[in-house]
Amino acid sequence: MPTNIRILFFILLLVITACSSQPGSEDPSSESSEYLNNVGSDTMVNLALAWAEQFQASNPQSNLSISGGGSGTGIASLINGTTDIANASRKIKSEEIDNAQANGIEPNEFVVARDAIAVIVNPNNPIDILSLEQLSDIYSGKINNWQELGGDDRPIVRLSRETNSGTHVYFLEEVLRLGDKENKTLFSTDTLLLPSSEVIGTEIRHNPNAIGYDGLGYVTDDMKVIAVSATSTDPSAYIYPSPESVNDGSYPIARDLFMYTAGPPAGFVQQYMEWIFSPEAQNTVTELGFVPIISQ
Amino acid sequence: MQKSRIDPEIFITWLIKITGYSAIVFVFLIFYFLLSEGIPAIREVSFSEFFQQRWYPIEDYFGLLPLLVGSVIVTVGALIIAVPLGLLTAIYIAEVASPRTKEILKPLVELLGGFPSVVLGFLGLLILSQYLREIFALPTGLSALTGALILAGIALPAIVSISEDALDTVPRSYRDASLALGATEWQTIWWVTLPAAKSGVLTAIMLGIGRAIGETMVVLMVTGNAPMMPQGLATFINPTRTMTATIAAEMGEVANGSTHYHVLFFIGIVLFIIALIVNVSASTFVFRRKKRSDRILS
Repeated sequence: MPTNIRILFFILLLVITACSSQPGSEDPSSESSEYLNNVGSDTMVNLALAWAEQFQASNPQSNLSISGGGSGTGIASLINGTTDIANASRKIKSEEIDNAQANGIEPNEFVVARDAIAVIVNPNNPIDILSLEQLSDIYSGKINNWQELGGDDRPIVRLSRETNSGTHVYFLEEVLRLGDKENKTLFSTDTLLLPSSEVIGTEIRHNPNAIGYDGLGYVTDDMKVIAVSATSTDPSAYIYPSPESVNDGSYPIARDLFMYTAGPPAGFVQQYMEWIFSPEAQNTVTELGFVPIISQ
Repeated sequence: MQKSRIDPEIFITWLIKITGYSAIVFVFLIFYFLLSEGIPAIREVSFSEFFQQRWYPIEDYFGLLPLLVGSVIVTVGALIIAVPLGLLTAIYIAEVASPRTKEILKPLVELLGGFPSVVLGFLGLLILSQYLREIFALPTGLSALTGALILAGIALPAIVSISEDALDTVPRSYRDASLALGATEWQTIWWVTLPAAKSGVLTAIMLGIGRAIGETMVVLMVTGNAPMMPQGLATFINPTRTMTATIAAEMGEVANGSTHYHVLFFIGIVLFIIALIVNVSASTFVFRRKKRSDRILS
């Protein structure tokens, strides 16, 4: 029947168009020199938004587009050429640099702020201090009861962000593996991988068994922050996270927050990156619970 | 006048034809896309790696077993709760309740089906999981049990509403005949009405399974997302991670074309195959039943 053949042809046509129009169908490059696209880390998205609003207030003709999605998303967009600036709460990986170079892009790194990762528990938990080694043992599943740490007889419920979060990767490398590249320790399989900071906060507030970690900016008054030490022997080495303890290097789980541009920034991107290191922009960093870069 | 009467006729016929065929086209397109993105995973990851007990994609652990177990546990748990509850509710509404009660109950059940699942997930996270933790003295309320309970709530309206419709279509004469033979009301319901409505009831349960296994948002919020291997009966109260939640949580950030990306699509294929098996086995079951009851009736 001719109609059947026609319909078959139509299906084939659809399949072919679906296959061919997949990559690079959108063109992000706006011709306006005052336009800038900034994608990446969810940890940094509030900071990036605050910066953009502040910048636009003093430069009304500029047009900045900010979105989150995660550090990996940001760097992938930079590699694909769909963003001018990528935000990342972790350093770019070597394979990502290779991918970028294959696309003719040389990632240019800026440290724009710093962030302390706070270890948090329920306010009813009597534990106040933990060493990095104890944290590693908790999260890798060697310690399973708060009693082993001098607390109540309660099971430990480990909370973590999802594996795609830069915070998760940082915690894995610097806390679970204690910064040792050869160490292949993994999170215990019963670690709860929660989709957002809000869910971690809810569980910490309600569940006396829980322990979690998150950026200092996400910690609220109804959670208890643990003092952390890199070595377990010295009692004075247990430090609470704060801008001061991050900047003098005494708080052990702090990390840099990055922005990446494709090659050395030029034109409007350069103007924006220079502004980010101004005292005005770095003030916003403090207001949002992050730690500013001290340039003096 | 006559001409204008014929034109819309042709137009409508074509419109219906196109919509009918488009459903098939879309299924094929989706299937093609799934295959083209998911099949490379088999080449990049050896088959034995899929049967590992660990899912940790950022370090190249691609064991699918914990995810498969998670999906099955949560879905089976939801059905254990929803099927008896749904069937009994449907029987009550269709067979026992007075017409006035029925008029109130049925829209209420359908209203429950209209709730966005994310709202139920939020309730599960903030209220249900906290109560369950306290009542059963669990380490955490974010567990397979919480997920199963909320999913049961999501599957329930479909099961109740469709089985009730099926029970409603059983001819009055069946019940009259049974009652006239001296059967009690319960015997009539259990041995006559329910078997006569079997295919409809089974469709209802299948739709319930479909909603439960395909649900993403709720399980992402309340099951804790820990990819654990089963540990006996405790599996039901442990945190768990389902296939749908894994795709939803990880697809957003995965690098396009990477092994992890292909494996996520491969999980999509596995889900597709499970749905297919459920549907095919259900329809063969319904088909066989129909033939037999037809024989008895003729």
